[in-house]
Amino acid sequence: MKVPSITKVAATGALALMLSWGINLVANAQSKTLIIYSGREEKLISPLIEQAKKDLNLNIQVRYGDTAELAVALLEEGKNSRADLFFAQDAGALGAIEQKQRTLPIATSSLNKIDSRFRSPSGNWMGISGRARVIDYNTKLVKKSELPKSIWELTQPRWKGKIGWAPTNGSFQSFVTTMRVIEGDQKTLQWLKAMKANGVKDYGKNTAIIEALGRGEIHLGLVNNYYLYRYNKTKPDFPVAHHYTRRDAGAMVNVAGVAVLKTTDQRKDAEAFVNYLLTPKAQNYFAEQTNEYPLVRGIKAPSKQIPLAQLNPPKINLTQLSDLSGTLRLLQQAGVL
Amino acid sequence: MSKAVRPPLFLILAALAVAAAIALPLVYLIIRAANIEGEIGELITSPRNLTILFNSTVMMLAVAILSALIAVPLAFLTVRTDLPGRRFWLVATTLPLAVPSYVGSFTLIAAFAPRGSFLQLLLQPLGVEELPSIYGWFGVILAMTLFTYPYMLLSVRSALQGLDPMLEEASRSMGYNARETFFRVIIPQLNPSLIAGGLLVALYALRDFGTPSLMQFDAFTRAIFIQYKASFNRDSAAVLSLMLVTLVLFILWLEYKVRSRAAYYSRGSGSLRHVKTIKLGIWKFPAICFCFFITFLGVVLPLIVISFWLIQGINSGYTFSNLLPATLNSITASGLAAIATTIFALPIAILSVRFPSRFIAAVESFAYVCFGVPGIVVALSLVFFGANYLPMLYQTLEMLIFAFVVLFLQQSAGTIRNSLLQVNPQIEEAARSLGKTPWQTLTYITLPLVSPGIISGSVLVFLTVIKELPATIMLAPIGFDTLAVEIWKATENVDFADAAAASLAILLVSIASTFLVLSQEKVK
Repeated sequence: MKVPSITKVAATGALALMLSWGINLVANAQSKTLIIYSGREEKLISPLIEQAKKDLNLNIQVRYGDTAELAVALLEEGKNSRADLFFAQDAGALGAIEQKQRTLPIATSSLNKIDSRFRSPSGNWMGISGRARVIDYNTKLVKKSELPKSIWELTQPRWKGKIGWAPTNGSFQSFVTTMRVIEGDQKTLQWLKAMKANGVKDYGKNTAIIEALGRGEIHLGLVNNYYLYRYNKTKPDFPVAHHYTRRDAGAMVNVAGVAVLKTTDQRKDAEAFVNYLLTPKAQNYFAEQTNEYPLVRGIKAPSKQIPLAQLNPPKINLTQLSDLSGTLRLLQQAGVL
Repeated sequence: MSKAVRPPLFLILAALAVAAAIALPLVYLIIRAANIEGEIGELITSPRNLTILFNSTVMMLAVAILSALIAVPLAFLTVRTDLPGRRFWLVATTLPLAVPSYVGSFTLIAAFAPRGSFLQLLLQPLGVEELPSIYGWFGVILAMTLFTYPYMLLSVRSALQGLDPMLEEASRSMGYNARETFFRVIIPQLNPSLIAGGLLVALYALRDFGTPSLMQFDAFTRAIFIQYKASFNRDSAAVLSLMLVTLVLFILWLEYKVRSRAAYYSRGSGSLRHVKTIKLGIWKFPAICFCFFITFLGVVLPLIVISFWLIQGINSGYTFSNLLPATLNSITASGLAAIATTIFALPIAILSVRFPSRFIAAVESFAYVCFGVPGIVVALSLVFFGANYLPMLYQTLEMLIFAFVVLFLQQSAGTIRNSLLQVNPQIEEAARSLGKTPWQTLTYITLPLVSPGIISGSVLVFLTVIKELPATIMLAPIGFDTLAVEIWKATENVDFADAAAASLAILLVSIASTFLVLSQEKVK
């Protein structure tokens, strides 16, 4: 019946695979290519990568994925990783691969272009753009005057069942780590338990929180600053706005950044690319296209956002955020995860 | 079954190769778990983990039972009755298979969320400010059931079509009425297909991450993801995954206990007899309502919501990104995976039915384990082995196809196995006694007879691979983006129109291939 045709199809498929493998081997042998593992989204940064290819006259290939998953993949690949550079969404992932000694130090001249708060003290990774934690609120359901002055007010009965957070999200966990650094484990645990008792709602990620805010499912959401603008672009009357607290963990600034990997065979090219990300051209791109804060001094903040200098983040160093397993334990102890 | 005959060598060699491949994830988990420093007991028995293990188990059982309650009546209505538009419903009720469960859950939330959903906005003029919550147990069971019951339906339906009507006639002539015949003759005959379908549904529910996370449900997969995501901790994640493996093995042990050793083929001539069509009478209307209800939630609703986003996107000046390369990549990867998986599944299915042994039972169990643990775990195990031991193949299309074989082998092997159970081994024995070699017997007798199972098994694999994400992201060649990857990128980037366009493309490709399965079913 159909069987001979299946055999034929299978044979053709096998042949095609062998052929593509051969082509792959030849292609890989021919050209030197800078391979980037990127936890940053393709749509946001691929125009910048395309520009870098031209400006640096460099072959660049990017594997896009989830920041944490790529970090774990890098650890699994070990010495045989093909990646030259890791471009991550948050400092935690960069810290994790630094701890496992998978990174090379970046040149001091590059490191010095940004504030020391936003890079590893050993110089093994550095921030490229900043992202602020904010409280987003539904403008139809909450008046400006009613907004909480600090994250400590979120445990009050008036917000019962009206707040959303994303406990599995990396930025959220950095926020909790910040709270541990400033206030200590005991107070953080109390706050987490009080939030839980106040009926806080769990979402899978930041964007799900903002969608729920837009629908009016919740009144307040703990998120990062740059997501909202994407909704505003397609839906001008989207009823959600930012609210900033001062000096508490809720006002922390995290980074998206890069690390040069130990497995690289193109350290010079990798460093050239890092330097490219620090040029005014690239830094302005982040401010204008991704609505993040440029970290190189003297570059303007994104329009319609409070400048980085006027934010009131808690005074901590991002490297203090490396104790992720401590945060995880605390979150589990509080029954949040 | 004649155990005296030894299985042909080529089957054994093929099965050994498969066994080596599907053992990789388990070996990886054991390597990783052995690395862990202290606190294993604490990690395993933490009240939190036990609770979510319980949640996952109950959810899985509920989804399997509900799927059976939907699939068995649908199979019956569309195969045996005079349901108006029977052929249409036959196709329509299978189509939810084409909807990736994360897309489906997303559209259910958009349609039925407590506030701001389509339904709530529709009811707002009537004063409805808030709907009862869809999140949690209700939503997760609803979504899982709606988008996985077709696995059971396909399995039950092909078994129903392979039933010899003589058995029923015999039952009736011995004095059982129609009801007694149904429960005492037909249902027991459907048992293997119910169990095979039920296992697929249950394991899918266990391994899925997207739906529980969208529905705010605490499932066990979440615990594993948290270890990776929150602390990049591969070792604890491995320990938790092994807990899941234990659960899967326990379910398989249960299945093994209840699996009857009966024969499911008949000794008749094998010529197709006319099956009496059951007249529905006054049940016609409720039957149609039932079909409509399931189809509406499972296919029509996702299509409406996706089209709505797409139209909204077009109206706000959206220009389509070029989806053609991603569509071609999806078809290539899924097509090759379907072929490769079928080739490796065949020897397993044949050995399992014709030459049952402990070894082959173990291979089948491992294949189920690979399907039952989250895709990310299997993907990472292949990252580990690929990068360190097969650098030539690492992150090539070949490697990706290999990953799909490991992940989805059981879907194909299970379907072929059920087909083969209905083939009388005496036919093969006759061929052998007439001087054909085992290889000739396989190609001239066995393969043609199980071709419906081969085809529906490979289409099942095709449909699952096209939705797959973690292995594709980590193991595909750089730039080899599939439609599933496009959807993921679009949702990360809050691009509803992009996500809708890619979802629609997946739906169309999947629907087309679903038609292919159905055209293979002998529907008269």
